[in-house]
Amino acid sequence: MMKKKLLVFLIVFFSITVSSFSIEPDIFVQSTVNRASKLLGEDISKDEKIEKLKLIAKETVDIKGIGFYTLGPKRKTLSGEEKKKYAKLFEEYFLKSFSSRLAEYTNPEIDVINKEKINDNYTIVNSVLKATKERPEINIDWRIYTKNRDNPLIRDLIIEGLSLARTQKEEFASVLSSNENNIEALFKVLKEFSSN
Amino acid sequence: MMIKKIIVIIITTFALVSNLHAGSDGELILKKNEPSEIKDCSETFNKASFALNQGLDKVIFKPVSSVYRLMPSPIKSGVSNSLSNLGNLVTIPNNLLQGEFALAGINSGRFLINTTVGILGLFDVASYLGFEEYTKEDYGQSLAVHGVGPGCYLVLPVLGPSTARDTVASLANFFGGDAWYNVTVKNDTQYFRDVDYYSSKVTSGVDFRAKNFDSIENLEKNSIDFYASVKSLYLQDRQQKILNSQKVIDTQDDSDWEEIETQ
Repeated sequence: MMKKKLLVFLIVFFSITVSSFSIEPDIFVQSTVNRASKLLGEDISKDEKIEKLKLIAKETVDIKGIGFYTLGPKRKTLSGEEKKKYAKLFEEYFLKSFSSRLAEYTNPEIDVINKEKINDNYTIVNSVLKATKERPEINIDWRIYTKNRDNPLIRDLIIEGLSLARTQKEEFASVLSSNENNIEALFKVLKEFSSN
Repeated sequence: MMIKKIIVIIITTFALVSNLHAGSDGELILKKNEPSEIKDCSETFNKASFALNQGLDKVIFKPVSSVYRLMPSPIKSGVSNSLSNLGNLVTIPNNLLQGEFALAGINSGRFLINTTVGILGLFDVASYLGFEEYTKEDYGQSLAVHGVGPGCYLVLPVLGPSTARDTVASLANFFGGDAWYNVTVKNDTQYFRDVDYYSSKVTSGVDFRAKNFDSIENLEKNSIDFYASVKSLYLQDRQQKILNSQKVIDTQDDSDWEEIETQ
């Protein structure tokens, strides 16, 4: 009897704790945006902003997933060693590209307006970057990877219907095709970008 | 020589890939206009043309638009509204060609109201009155809706990215398909001159460059292959416009994403 009670208690306890940790994708996006926005509004140097943005990106973006998506069909032909090397180079490239793109903005105001669940793994969160004197309002959709509901991750930003991951994928494909599909050429380009 | 080359490229690629399927469904149109499926048949020419355009941008469009974007917002909105109002003259016949008769009516009403009450399009009174949001249409989109494939990707000198289909289709503007061209260049009216048409086109380029000033700078700085980035963005944008959709889930192939497991 005691054992049964304990078992019921444990099941109820874990189901409550598990559900309480799951984060809704729209709340995840809004809180990530708020963190980045607060940081961009701080009175610190651009380099400091970039370093802090990198930390936010490491926590909230599925860099490894984006990296392998971006590689396209080529990912199936890489050896284990090449995959490791690529993942490392891509992370450096991504963090630099991502943070320097964002660091240009000062105090961007983004409002989450809607979300649409595609399947268990993906939800698209719709948001709006408010207009300023220099530019009009911009729609930004976020592809959120929700396989692990406790730890949603950003996999793509879709700005006015244009996917950044897809653009990057075609960019990488172009580098590979102009270098006889040699992965070393892509490694070289990524290294050069990160060290500049 | 250059014009001849462009014409040869367009005709060849167009003849190779275009095929008409009246009544094609959205899925087929989506597939045909899938950016990764559109071939860059004249890459060498396109890259040379792209380099030329980058040069022109540096010398003309970038400096002019950097000054233009500093102008007061009401002036910029006025210019932008007027250009959209003129663009409506191409959108309306294309609404009809795409079978969107109700939208053609709405856009005609929009044009009439904005040209009169909105003082030659300077003020978008129609939006204020609750008219549906204006979406630009062109002859390339109409051909695509009727099943014509895009053909090869092209970068036109001065004019920028296009496809064989869209380049051929844009010629319709010069053969009666654009009322603004008809009253300025084609016919000798006492109200407008050629320069009105050409200056509206140049202003349109400056307006676009100014609206996307930071994005373009950012993209150029952070691209490992700027040519490929522009090509991808242009073709994605075109695909969305043809389908009149901003919805990513409708227009993206998710299979690649589904394959990648990191959690």
